[in-house]
Amino acid sequence: MTFTDVHTAQGYDDLPRLMSLMTGDEKHGPAATSTLDVVWVLYDRVLRVSPVAVDAPDRDRFLLSKGHGPMAYYAVLAAKGFLPESLLPGFGAYESPLGHHPDRVLVPGAEISSGSLGHGLPLAVGSALGLRAQGLSGPAVWVLVGDAELDEGSNHEAIAYAGAVGLERLHTVVVDNASATHRRPGGIAARFEAAGWSTATVDGRDHQALYEAYTAPHPGRPHAVVARVEAKV
Amino acid sequence: MDTMRERFAATASRLLDDDPRLAVVLAEIGKDGFTDAARAHPDRVINVGIREQLLVGVGGGLALTGMRPILHTFASFLVERPFEQVKLDFGHQGVGGVLVSAAGSYDWPAGGHTHMAPGDVALLDTLDGWTVHVPGHPDEAETLLRDAAAAGDDSVYVRLSAHSNSAPRDIVPGRFLTVREGRGGVVIAVGPMLDSVLTAVEGLDVTVLYTTTVRPFDERTLRATAGAGSGAGAGSGAGAGSGAGAAVDVVLVEPYLAGTSTAAVNDALADRPHRVLGLGIPRRELRRYGTIDEHLAGQGLDPASLRERVSGFLR
Repeated sequence: MTFTDVHTAQGYDDLPRLMSLMTGDEKHGPAATSTLDVVWVLYDRVLRVSPVAVDAPDRDRFLLSKGHGPMAYYAVLAAKGFLPESLLPGFGAYESPLGHHPDRVLVPGAEISSGSLGHGLPLAVGSALGLRAQGLSGPAVWVLVGDAELDEGSNHEAIAYAGAVGLERLHTVVVDNASATHRRPGGIAARFEAAGWSTATVDGRDHQALYEAYTAPHPGRPHAVVARVEAKV
Repeated sequence: MDTMRERFAATASRLLDDDPRLAVVLAEIGKDGFTDAARAHPDRVINVGIREQLLVGVGGGLALTGMRPILHTFASFLVERPFEQVKLDFGHQGVGGVLVSAAGSYDWPAGGHTHMAPGDVALLDTLDGWTVHVPGHPDEAETLLRDAAAAGDDSVYVRLSAHSNSAPRDIVPGRFLTVREGRGGVVIAVGPMLDSVLTAVEGLDVTVLYTTTVRPFDERTLRATAGAGSGAGAGSGAGAGSGAGAAVDVVLVEPYLAGTSTAAVNDALADRPHRVLGLGIPRRELRRYGTIDEHLAGQGLDPASLRERVSGFLR
């Protein structure tokens, strides 16, 4: 099937208003919006997925591993037409599908249920392997993790394996808001490079830089983009 | 005769040939059995190295793309070490898969407690919807593995063991099999415990049910059996004076944590007076090595110990 642009009335400038429907706050701290630009550029310019193709076998997959603080994610999904804006004010309520951690069974367009750290990257590895085993070489698998989340050992199992087998259709974006307690020697990208990944480190607020990093060729290797944003306060 | 694990490798390899939806995921353990299958299906035989959290996460990811993953390693590393992955990467994602374990409770006594997982079935009991198969013979293992692979998107645990009964039984997945009938109580033997149970109850007037599926628990057969064994619990005193509702005595003999299925028996007989004795591996570490037979005797699960405990309870 083809992925045509779905025209929505919502753009990047609408995201603050959409987020305020969940939080009641027009201004958000860096922690709440750390993923905003990273997710927006992916959905706006990179991912081949749309509300009419949420179940298409050859769609790109975006797995939000860092399920904490998903308001930016919900805002982007609403802006892109995956879920109606009218759901946003119910954020966290008993009758709402939008929890403080996303549930794929409840949220249209959400590929995984997340909240516990360290599950998204292994699930992404399995997804990339599953698509390849079915001959679906087109779809890209993207997973978003936080810099502190990389402390989880399960992520190191996934990074080491994916690099060793050259899982080319796997992509990781690390939102680095310097929230890890013990800094990683040599930086985050060095961890991926040592395992055989292609890497890029960019300003996580610069849309063009994000786009170029996302779309950089990486033949035979998985690709990691480290997106630096303001330090968590 | 081959072992259950050898039968698993042969069976799963054939299933890979027939069903493009299946994939086998390994963490080094058991890989030799899949050498040919890996050559034939390089994208569907996946060895992630010694990474058990990844093993389960990859299984969940495969299932998210519509495949049916079969995951295999020792029970300690398949269920216990990555338990949160089992809970979240299958159940919470709303997808299923097949977990196939080995070593179980006592397969390698000389290896000690690190390679024993008698609590695996009890752990899975904290989750929703898992089918649990415990074959007692390699032929039964093949039947149950084929059933598990074909079970749609269900989550299925198949617990293989080096401990085996001398002959296979004509099992139906999910159903208890009545092996012998008596009037003095019901003994339920799970998987590889059957031979020892039959030796232990020789000459006793008891019904023996055999099962290789403990979840879901075959309540219907147990209730029918308990209803039919009218003279049950002779002398036990429980339920006396309740008229037609004579008390039922049930003994469970399971090759894992003692009492794992006691609640299932209680639920099945909730509306009837009954007593239940759950036998299996105690919580305390035995801290002994040796052979399977020596270890079972140490756990009170050899035929002589079983006879004493069963007849003491039913007296």
